[in-house]
Amino acid sequence: MTLNMGPQHPSTHGVLRFVIKADGEVMREAIPDVGYLHRSIEKIAEKVGYHGFMPYTDRVDYVCAMFTNQGWAMACEKLAAIEVPRRGEYCRLIAAEFNRLASHLLTVGLMGMDIGAMTPFLHALREREMINDLIEELCGARLTFNYMRIGGVAWDLPPGWREKALAYLDHLDPILDEFNALFSYNKICVQRLANVAAISAKEAIDYNLVGPNLRASGVKWDVRKDIPYSVYSDFDFEIPIGSGEWGTIGDAMDRYMMRIREMVQSSRILRQALTRMPEGPVLAKVVRNFRPPAGECQIRVESARGDQGWYVVSDGSSYPWRVRVRTGSFAAMGIIQKLSKGLMIADLVVLIASLDVIAPEIDR
Amino acid sequence: MFGANASHEWAVATAIVVACVLVLFVIAVPFASIVTWVERRVWARIQSRVGPNRVGPNGFLQWLADGIKHVCKEDVIPDEADAPLFKFAPYLVVLAFILPWAVMPFSSELILADLNIGILYMTAITALTVVGVLMAGWSSNNKWSLIGGIRSAAQIISYEIPAGLSIFPVVLMTGTLSMQGLIRAQAWEPYHWFIFANPFCFAAAIILFVSSLAENNRTPFDLPEAESELVAGFATEYSSMRYLFFFMAEWGNMFIAAAIIVTLYLGGWQVPHLGFNLAVINLLQFISFLVKVLVLVFVSMWIRGTLPRVRIDQMMSICWKYFVPLGFINMIGTAIWVAFFPHGNRLMAMVMFALGIAIVAAFGWRVAYFTRRSRMELYFHPTI
Repeated sequence: MTLNMGPQHPSTHGVLRFVIKADGEVMREAIPDVGYLHRSIEKIAEKVGYHGFMPYTDRVDYVCAMFTNQGWAMACEKLAAIEVPRRGEYCRLIAAEFNRLASHLLTVGLMGMDIGAMTPFLHALREREMINDLIEELCGARLTFNYMRIGGVAWDLPPGWREKALAYLDHLDPILDEFNALFSYNKICVQRLANVAAISAKEAIDYNLVGPNLRASGVKWDVRKDIPYSVYSDFDFEIPIGSGEWGTIGDAMDRYMMRIREMVQSSRILRQALTRMPEGPVLAKVVRNFRPPAGECQIRVESARGDQGWYVVSDGSSYPWRVRVRTGSFAAMGIIQKLSKGLMIADLVVLIASLDVIAPEIDR
Repeated sequence: MFGANASHEWAVATAIVVACVLVLFVIAVPFASIVTWVERRVWARIQSRVGPNRVGPNGFLQWLADGIKHVCKEDVIPDEADAPLFKFAPYLVVLAFILPWAVMPFSSELILADLNIGILYMTAITALTVVGVLMAGWSSNNKWSLIGGIRSAAQIISYEIPAGLSIFPVVLMTGTLSMQGLIRAQAWEPYHWFIFANPFCFAAAIILFVSSLAENNRTPFDLPEAESELVAGFATEYSSMRYLFFFMAEWGNMFIAAAIIVTLYLGGWQVPHLGFNLAVINLLQFISFLVKVLVLVFVSMWIRGTLPRVRIDQMMSICWKYFVPLGFINMIGTAIWVAFFPHGNRLMAMVMFALGIAIVAAFGWRVAYFTRRSRMELYFHPTI
């Protein structure tokens, strides 16, 4: 039986399409069909200039737009050798880590929804709303932030924001425990996720998985630690890796728990960053008609969905000659066809949710 | 022609039938609808939302608004669908939900027909749902609907077996299949309820409850309409009133399943013997029955708000590997028990009652603990 799952299907997280060859409930193969959300964002960059492209980067991955902002800003800064003020870097890091929390909260909530539990989803979104409130105060937007600029960030933290953010972190840590008690350690949840679609470390590297999906397979690789950018080297945090304590290493449960553990670490980083915040300007002087010298650069940012690559070629004019974004979701889509053999249809939903693919990030 | 006595009996019989029909139409159909409102409010509280609160006081008339909306909507029948079957399926499902009310023992007098095979009739008729669901899944000519229908058939037929086996212990003890007979064999005191009669009955009652969740497609067994996997399962292609019928039947079946458990294991309408007149006693019995049923309905809503969904193979293994053997053990165990204690064992009933109280108390304490701990403490008033 050939089943057509998507592009309009409740659990495909946007517009994905899978052609499923199934034998009853068991799948022989699920072939992902990408391209339904292609908006030529990379081509747009060649037409709108360096400053003008910043709002478009929000749309590359709207769930964690701070990282795409940061990737683009860092690429431009590297091309033009601009030094970002230290407070600006801290603002970036704080905004990005809050965004990581928001993104992971959405992911774990969606995992709940995809295996049939509405309550974890709404509890996670309730917490995410507060982060949205915080970020809204910071930059005026709740989803497509456009917060960063080439050379720093647009606005400094508003007065009183630091205390609010710390209060939120105090609130979040027990909530994560509660979330685990409600959902993660639930017997049905563990049975649904453990041993489903396990990815070995070799497979994960071969298929070019990045971020939490790679670390869940036991590979300790995080751009924040291994190629430190921004001011990540100032902070003390750990890189959690998949332990396979519920089943095999790299199964859906590991990938799911990876997000919970990363939230704990993000909270740690944020506490340190908020207390150690230096004084000073947040935005370096950058000319309005920004023309980086001819050359090319490659930037790697650890986004919530993993190692995000920005490759920018400049020909010295005020428009980039070529921009290429390498995103984690696209790589994650590649492995679905291989993993789907022998899974059940219900497991495919779990697999998509555990790989945390975001449709706009796949196609751009 | 009739004597004074005979005409009096006729009047009583007519009054009972009229009262039952009234109860059926005043309670059965709106109940299924009102329960949607209750469920949405309960669910909203669990999920820290508000829920429907616009139509009527606290959104109480939401079900009416939804009903009117669904009736006004266009009834779409897909081109490729098998139209007669497609149209007929919802009625069959509703039929399977209306018919059991005939033997619903609301009180000692308020029952439409006290059939001597009441409980058997109940289980047989509720199983009719599967025909309607399978019909809907097949005739929609949609693969997702078909998977939903097949899943539903597999699920309901499998769980009929542990459910049936869990009815046997009580039938063995009472020797009757009549709903009123089953209730009359119990008393109002909880330790006279059959759930506490012996350990086997206790296990059987729990199996019956879980099986009834599965038969009604409730979480964690809501696979036939798993919205994240099968879009909407067998109801994918349905719209308008036909769609509403499926869900009315689903919510109504919750009541029926709870009523079966209350009748068999929780003392039915039994109330203390107070010297009121017949009407007052019947009213009290009706309230007692309704409260017990609503508690069980609430528990099933609670479960729906908490648990994820199991996978199809896990659901089948729960049924065939655990519930069916356990059901047989319960049946044989009760048979042996009845052979040794034909009139029940008072001591064991008391022990089981104490155990039941302890379980409920421990559970309540845990719930209270988590409710205290999980109170939301933080709210940012957005400044922009």
